[in-house]
Amino acid sequence: MALIHKATVMDEKAIRQALRRIAHEIIEHNKGIDNVVLVGVRKRGVPLAERLQVLLKEIESIDIPIGILDITLYRDDLSQRQDQPMVHTTDVPFDINGRQVVMVDDVLYTGRTTRAAMDALIDLGRPASIQLAVLIDRGHRELPVRADYVGKNVPTSRSEEVEVKVREIDGQDQVDILGPGGE
Amino acid sequence: MTNKDIYITGGRVIDPSRNFDQKADLLLSGGLIAQVEKNLQPPLGALKIEANGLIVTPGLIDMHVHLRDPGQEYKEDIISGSLAAAAGGFTAVAAMANTDPVCDNSSVVRYVCDHAARAAVRVYPIGAVTRGLEGKEMAEIGRMKQAGAVAFSDDGKPVVSGMMMRNALQYASGIGALIIVHEEDPSLFAGGMMNEGAVSSVIGLRGISPQAEEVMLARDLLLLKTTGGRLHIAHLSTAGSVELVRRAKSEGLPVTAEVTPHHLLLTDRAVKNTAYSTNTKVNPPLRSEQDRRALWEGLLDGTIDTIASDHAPHHPDDKDVEFDFAPFGIAGLETTLPLLLDEVASGRVKNLTLPLLIDKLSLAPARILDVPGGTLQPGSAADVTIIDPKRITTVTPAAWYSKSRNTPFAGRQLTGAPVWTIVGGKLVMKEGAPAGSVEQG
Amino acid sequence: MQTLRRKDILGLEEMSAEEITLILDTARSMREILQRKIKKVPTLRGRSVLNLFYEPSTRTKASFELAQKYMSADSVSVAGSSSSLVKGETLKDTVRNVEVMGVECVIMRHPVSGSSHYLARSIEASVINAGDGMHEHPTQGLLDMFTIWEKKGHLEELKVAIVGDIRHSRVARSNIWGLTKMGAEVVVAGPPTLMPLDMEGLGVKAYHRVEEAVEGADVVMALRLQKERQESGLFPSLREYADLYGLTPQRIAGAREDALIMHPGPMNRGVEISSELADGSRSVILKQVTGGVAVRMALLYLLLGGAKEE
Repeated sequence: MALIHKATVMDEKAIRQALRRIAHEIIEHNKGIDNVVLVGVRKRGVPLAERLQVLLKEIESIDIPIGILDITLYRDDLSQRQDQPMVHTTDVPFDINGRQVVMVDDVLYTGRTTRAAMDALIDLGRPASIQLAVLIDRGHRELPVRADYVGKNVPTSRSEEVEVKVREIDGQDQVDILGPGGE
Repeated sequence: MTNKDIYITGGRVIDPSRNFDQKADLLLSGGLIAQVEKNLQPPLGALKIEANGLIVTPGLIDMHVHLRDPGQEYKEDIISGSLAAAAGGFTAVAAMANTDPVCDNSSVVRYVCDHAARAAVRVYPIGAVTRGLEGKEMAEIGRMKQAGAVAFSDDGKPVVSGMMMRNALQYASGIGALIIVHEEDPSLFAGGMMNEGAVSSVIGLRGISPQAEEVMLARDLLLLKTTGGRLHIAHLSTAGSVELVRRAKSEGLPVTAEVTPHHLLLTDRAVKNTAYSTNTKVNPPLRSEQDRRALWEGLLDGTIDTIASDHAPHHPDDKDVEFDFAPFGIAGLETTLPLLLDEVASGRVKNLTLPLLIDKLSLAPARILDVPGGTLQPGSAADVTIIDPKRITTVTPAAWYSKSRNTPFAGRQLTGAPVWTIVGGKLVMKEGAPAGSVEQG
Repeated sequence: MQTLRRKDILGLEEMSAEEITLILDTARSMREILQRKIKKVPTLRGRSVLNLFYEPSTRTKASFELAQKYMSADSVSVAGSSSSLVKGETLKDTVRNVEVMGVECVIMRHPVSGSSHYLARSIEASVINAGDGMHEHPTQGLLDMFTIWEKKGHLEELKVAIVGDIRHSRVARSNIWGLTKMGAEVVVAGPPTLMPLDMEGLGVKAYHRVEEAVEGADVVMALRLQKERQESGLFPSLREYADLYGLTPQRIAGAREDALIMHPGPMNRGVEISSELADGSRSVILKQVTGGVAVRMALLYLLLGGAKEE
C-alpha cells in the first residue's frame, strides 16, 4: 500500500531549534560536557550527532568525541526479514569506559533499535551512563525504553510512518507524517 | 508353445543387407522370415501389426554391453538387461566378460548361455582374453569359443603388456576368434576422472589425456600388421583414434571399430554443465567438441563400423557419491536408439540417414561378431525391430527395465522410438512394454 | 546489491562482481569487530554450523571456527578421513544426520573436486566450500582479494602474478576467477608440468619464466609446492624448484616497488618463497590471515543472517 503525505511536523527551523535545545539540555544534565561523548546511530542519527557536536562546541568551546554505531548485527528481527540489511562499519574511535555516552537517533518508536544500540555500545566497553537523544518520539514502545532528550513528541498511529529527512543525506531538513491513502 | 505367425503390413522396410528400402509387408513364420513382399496377402490366424508410418528393420544388435551377471546382480542381471535391450529395440546383445567371477572359462560362458535361454533377447557371451582380466596368462579362448563365446575382450581394462596382446592376436587368428580391445595406457590414464583439456583445467578434475587411448591403439594396430587375426576397437573417443583406424583400414588391416552414442552426442562440457554429475563420468571420458565431430565423420565415412551402447549399469547408490568415488559408466540400452533416431529426425548431422543408421546397428555388428541377424532375407532368423520415427518420448530412467538409472540424458525429449521388438518370431516388446503382457493381454 | 541471494558459496567462478563487492564491503565492517577487546556480536545466536574437514587444515579451520564464535553461532567440527568415506558411511548420510540435528550451514573441505557441489544439492543447509580438491577455495580467494583491496584501495587495473603449481591449486583457480571479475589482470608462472594443459578456459596468460610474469606486477603471490608433485615426477627436486622458480627479492626485481607479497600458507620457506620476502616489509601474509576471519564472518552473516528463503 502506498503511503501518502499527511502532515509536515517539523521544518528546517524547528529542527535547528530542537537540536539547540537538546544541546543545552545535555550540558545541563551532565553538568558540563567534559566527560560526554556522542554516538550517532546509523543512519540519520549520525548527521544529527555531528550537528550536536558543532552546537556543543559553539556553546562550550569543547570538541567532544563523536562515534558511529551500526546496529545491524544486534537487531532482533534479522531472522524474520527477507530483505537482509547491509552491515556497515561501527566506528567509535575512542574508549567509552567511564564516559557519559549520548546516543543520537532520529526516531524513537518501539525501542528495539535503542535496545540493539545499547547492546552494541556495551560490547565496546562500560560507560558511566548511556543517554538517548532523539529528534522525534512517536510513541508505541514495545520495550521499557525512554529518551533523555526529545526534539518533538509526535503522536502517531501504527499505520503511519514518520519520515525524517536531513540535509546531509536527503538534501533538506524536514519531518513528515505519511499515512495510508484513501479514507 | 508355438508362436503365432506375425504379419507386418504397410511399413517402410529397410534391409541394409540387400540395400532394400521400400514399403513392403513381412510374414514371419516358424521363427524365420518367410516372405518380404509388396501387398502380401494377410494370412489367416497371424498376428497382424499395422506398420503404416513405421520403419521395419532387421533386429538391432548392441555388441557392447555389461550385464553384471554373474556377481553384481544388484546392478543388472541377464534378464533385466535383456528386457532393457528389448525395450530399447535390440534383439541381441553381446555381454562383456568383466563379471564376478570373470567370464574367462567355458563354465561361466555356459552360465551366461543358460541364463540367456530365458532372456528376452539373444545374449551372446564375450570371453576374457586373459585370466581374471589380469593381463598375464591367456584365458582358454578356444574352449570358450566352443562353449558359445562370440568374441574375446578384457574390456574395462586394457591389455597392458604388448607381448600379451601380440600373443593373443596371434593365437586368436588360429581359431578365427575376434579380439575386442579397450585402449588405455594406464600410466597416461594416471587416475584421471574426465577428459584432459580446457574444461578439466577449470573444474579441477584430474584429466585423462586423449593419448592414453591413442598410444595403446597405435601399438595394437602395429601389432596387427604381423599377427593376423581380427581386431575390434571398442568405444573410440578421440579424433586421433579415428585417424589411426582410418589409416589402418586404408592399409587393409582387419580392424573394425565402434563408437557410443554418448561420445557422439556429448562433450566434456557436460561434466561442468551438470555441476559434476557422476552420470557424466564414463571411461573413455566424454571428449572435446573437435573429437565429437571427428567421431561423426568417422562413422559417416565408414571408419567406424558400428554404434554400441557400452551399457554400464550401476546401482543408483554407487553413483550417489563424490565424483572421484563414483564408478565409470553410462547405462545406454534404453536410450541408444531413441537418441540416434532423434539425430536423424533433427537433421543435425549432415548425411546421417536412417538406412545408414540401421546398417551400423544391425548388419555391421552381425558381421563383426559373425552372428545371425542384420538381414530380412527370407529364411533368416525372424529378428525384427519396428520403429516409429515420429514418436516423441522423454528419457525417464525411473521407468527403465534396466535396474540402473545412470544416464546423463535424463529428461531429454527425443523424436523416434522403437515400438515393437521381435526375436526369433516371438514378440518381446510392444510400445516399450515387455512382451509377456502383450501376449496375455 | 545488499543481499546475497544464494544458498551456497561453492566457487568464485559462479559469482558476480556485485556479489564479490558486497562480501568485501561486509568484511570491512566485520574487521572492526576483530579490533575490539570483546570480539563478539550476537548476530547468529541460535544458528548452528558444522565444520566438516576431510583434509587436514590449521588456518582455514581455525579461521572458520573463530568467525563462528565471534558471530555467536553454535558450531561443531568434525574431522573426516576420506579413506573411511569410501568404505563407511557416505558423505550424504553423514551430513544428513547432522542436518536433522539442526545444522543450517556446512563448511566443508574435501579432497575431491566438485564434492561441495554434490553436497549442496544433497542437503537443504547452506554449504560453504572450504576447498574441494583442485577446484576452488573461494573463501581463500575472497580473503586474498580483501587483503589486496585494503592495501591498494581497489582491484581494477592491478596486475597480479601467481607463481607456482597452478595446475593443482584450488587457491589459484579461485583467485583467477575473483580477480579477473573484479577487473584485475592475472598472470601465472611456473614449470610447464605444473601448469594446466589448457589455460584457455581460465583466461589468463601463462609464463614459464617468473621474471617475465612479475614484470610491473602490483601483487606477487606464491603458491605452496607439494612434495608429492615431485614424487609423481612433475619436477626433479625442491632445491631445483627453489633455484628456478622460488620467489626471492632478486627474482621479482621487475615487480613494482610497492608490490604486495602474498602466500596462502602453509609456506615452505626457502622453496617457493624466501624468508627475506615472506618476512619483509612488502609481505602481507599475516594480513591475509586476519582478513580471512573477517571475510568468513561476512559470509556467515550473508548466508545465515537473514530469514530463510521460502
